[in-house]
Amino acid sequence: MKKRDIFQSIMPTPKRLRDLIREIRSARTAADERSVVNKECAAIRESFRDEDNTYRCRNVAKLLYIHMLGYPAHFGQLECMKLIASPRFTDKRIGYLGCMLLLDERQDVHLLVTNSLKNDLSHQTQYIQSLALCTLGVICSAEMCRDLAGEIEKMIKSANAYIKKKSILCAYRIIRKVPDLMEMFIPSTRSLLNEKNHGVLFTAVCLITEMCEKSPDTLHHFRKEYELVPQLVRILKNLIMAGYSPEHDVSGVSDPFLQVKILRLLRRLGKTDLEASETMNDILAQVATNTDTSKNVGHAILYEIVLTIMGIQSEAGLRVLAVNILGRFLLNNDKNIRYIALNTLLRVVQADYNAVQRHRTTIVDCLKDPDISIRKRAMELSFALINANNVRGMMKELLHFLENCDQEFKADCCSNIVMSASKYSPNKRWHIDTVLKVLVMAGNHVRGDVVSMLIQLISETKTLHGYIALQMYKALSNDFTQQPMAQVAIWCIGEYGEHMFSTNVEDEEPVDVSEDDVVKVVEKVLSNNNSNEITKEYAITTLMKLSSRFTSTVPRIRQIIEVYGSSTNVELQQRSVEYTNLFSKFDHLRPALLEHMPLLEVHARSRSVMEDEGQEEENLLGGVEATNNENNINTMINPPVPTEGSSILDLIGNGPSKPDTTSGGGAVDLLDLLGDLGSTPTINNNTTPTQSSGNNLLDGFLSPEPSHTNQMNGDSSLCKIVAFSRNDLLVEMMCEKDTEPNIVVINVKATNSSSTPMSDFVFQAAVPKSFQMQLQSPSGTNLPASNQGEVTQVIKINNTQKTQLKMRLKMTYCQNGNTVTELGEVNTFPQHLWT
Amino acid sequence: MMQFMLLFSRQGKLRLQKWFVAHTDKVKKKITRELVTLVLGRKPKMCSFLEWKDLKVVYKRYASLYFCCAIEPEDNELLTLEIIHRYVELLDKYFGSVCELDIIFNFEKAYFMLDEFLLGGEVQETSKKNVLKAIAAQDLLQEENDEPKSILEEMGFTVSS
Repeated sequence: MKKRDIFQSIMPTPKRLRDLIREIRSARTAADERSVVNKECAAIRESFRDEDNTYRCRNVAKLLYIHMLGYPAHFGQLECMKLIASPRFTDKRIGYLGCMLLLDERQDVHLLVTNSLKNDLSHQTQYIQSLALCTLGVICSAEMCRDLAGEIEKMIKSANAYIKKKSILCAYRIIRKVPDLMEMFIPSTRSLLNEKNHGVLFTAVCLITEMCEKSPDTLHHFRKEYELVPQLVRILKNLIMAGYSPEHDVSGVSDPFLQVKILRLLRRLGKTDLEASETMNDILAQVATNTDTSKNVGHAILYEIVLTIMGIQSEAGLRVLAVNILGRFLLNNDKNIRYIALNTLLRVVQADYNAVQRHRTTIVDCLKDPDISIRKRAMELSFALINANNVRGMMKELLHFLENCDQEFKADCCSNIVMSASKYSPNKRWHIDTVLKVLVMAGNHVRGDVVSMLIQLISETKTLHGYIALQMYKALSNDFTQQPMAQVAIWCIGEYGEHMFSTNVEDEEPVDVSEDDVVKVVEKVLSNNNSNEITKEYAITTLMKLSSRFTSTVPRIRQIIEVYGSSTNVELQQRSVEYTNLFSKFDHLRPALLEHMPLLEVHARSRSVMEDEGQEEENLLGGVEATNNENNINTMINPPVPTEGSSILDLIGNGPSKPDTTSGGGAVDLLDLLGDLGSTPTINNNTTPTQSSGNNLLDGFLSPEPSHTNQMNGDSSLCKIVAFSRNDLLVEMMCEKDTEPNIVVINVKATNSSSTPMSDFVFQAAVPKSFQMQLQSPSGTNLPASNQGEVTQVIKINNTQKTQLKMRLKMTYCQNGNTVTELGEVNTFPQHLWT
Repeated sequence: MMQFMLLFSRQGKLRLQKWFVAHTDKVKKKITRELVTLVLGRKPKMCSFLEWKDLKVVYKRYASLYFCCAIEPEDNELLTLEIIHRYVELLDKYFGSVCELDIIFNFEKAYFMLDEFLLGGEVQETSKKNVLKAIAAQDLLQEENDEPKSILEEMGFTVSS
């Protein structure tokens, strides 16, 4: 007893691994654990410093446990090296384990490892060779690969299956890491497939697959020289035909691991080769029909078979068989198998559309699966399967799904439904009903593009305006908290409100609704705290529009609008003030201003444009300049040219070097036109949202009268020039100084003296960069024959540098079915305009 | 090819980690944390697969332990479940109805078993018998080696060389 004490005081026996684990596990708190670990680590370090060979193995093992808990253990790396060099098997075993856990290919000690590996690979004990092989399979840096590839190549030829299989997998890793080393392994693979040992066969198939993946030449070589396909077919056949072998049986299936690996290699071999594909057709069919599918393992093989059939150039019958296997998977109780089926169907749906289509009902049933990842796949697949024939039925299911589905799916699901609906809708009414349902069900999950898309769609569908407005009203009175829905509904009520009372759509119950009810609902939306700003802006404009659509509620509307004159929201306040003015001073203009919107044009870039549409509409409808300037009162409601204008702006924004050919072709020409004038032009347009609303507001308050009289009575600074006259098209310009300094207002008037009318007349102008130009909307696009009518348009020029103005013009119109483009230049602006 | 295999408890404690691809310790820890949270967050009625970065993650729970493997897109998920199951069977045979505690206290043995079953991320032996035979032989080799030392140790002596 005494002797022992003395010994321990000199060099205490290190704690046993088991005791350390127990101690760590009994630590109550994280801090306790840390203190146990720190203490032990200190002891281990101490022991390492003392070069204690007896307990090194135990210490490293403890360190590995500590490492797994997440503590640093790098200081054990060198000790692992020492263990590997020890002659004791236990030391080597733990040493190599430590290497695999603590080192990776980036560590600088791996030159040491490489040397140890080299020694142990040629050890006479196979288990020590095995440890070295296993470590190489894990660490395997590029240098190590190069250094040891020769050894591995020799070991593959070993007669010992235990060493052989491990060396083959090392070769596999070496090729993965350094493909250049592949050549040297090709000859040794030749005889591998004749082996009986499954371990060797399995690893050999791995190695050959990797070689085929890496190099098409090798693939070709294997296919032709080695007759690889018939060999693999033979092995596979033996596997399924041979009787029960307990060693490799898994729930009644003979070596599924090997079967799957062979099937995968066959897929690679048959991918681009018809002959190879034909050779394997039979065996694939055989495996597909004979595999016992009562357990997961059978499904694993069938799954691989399906991938192979779909991956090679297989017969049509076989492909149908494959899709039907997946169809059966869908009915399986195991969720994993259902998931695999949907995932795989999604991959093959494009290639085998009709075969997949046959399983539509089962797929749709998966939308109700309890597993969320399965529902997601089913949703994706369902959308892939929609076509013109099944769109009604599928949509019913998908809408039902949308109503009950998880929040995270809603946005995607909505957009997909809307897209599919517009692609395959049987008629407008169904289309609109569908999108409307989406809005009602998905509420705030609906993305912005859906709102503008629906408004576009509705405006195109003239015959249903009343029906839609009524449906929208019903939906809105049920629930006005869903913003996207509220916006569409409000817009429709504003546009088509008057049709609501005259509509009689069969199979719809008549609704008892009065003007008063409608105004009340809109007011609710406007005043509700949950409505967002855009919705409120929609609402106030709608009320204004209703003032010309409805008869009995006008005073009430006026009252509501006036309240917002003191709103803290600048936009609402501005609208309120403008609209109130419209009721009083300019009441005679009100009906004309609030005409129905013309059909919105669909743009090539509709998506991007439409996302901004809410804002664009605000500007179009509520343009304050209308009250300033008589000339463009009508024009404010006319959108085609403003949108053209904005595409010119976009173009300039992109920079003149890259003209965007998808936007208005005219704009590109215009840019060329400007080349002569030199620098990049700046064109401001009154429809652009960049214009500050603050200015407009002031305009509205301060200067309506002066500018009004200016134009009515004429002014001394007024002068008239002929800007362009050719082919019976006459463009005149009336120039005058504005009340603001440096601003010149040009009233453009175009007339047509020929005997045939001109349509689609568009006037464009460009000025040098030092000027700022606002091109306002034209009064129309048609020029009647024989000077019977005219198109007018206002240009505002800001000439801050007071230089001579030059202007380039471009006019396009359509006459007798021909599109004519005219170019012109104006240099004759009178000097006195700028002084 | 399997990229890595993790064993962790229901409380998220790591019990075994086998990496077949090179990552720094920091990255390994990050991946482990991420996957443990992901897998533990899944409900029992969900399937055993998830897509994670460009890999497929296959996991299965055995009693209190989760076995979680990351495989490449070309690999077979259903077969990976079989690989996990085979490993559990091997441990079960070796320890005799294995439980989490066996793996905690004999983690090195669990690693040895895995290294006889998989190598470099691929299966090396499809016969259970052969794997267990190899392990038994190595254990025997270790015992022969250790015999003289352990007697001294039990007496409380340390051997210095």
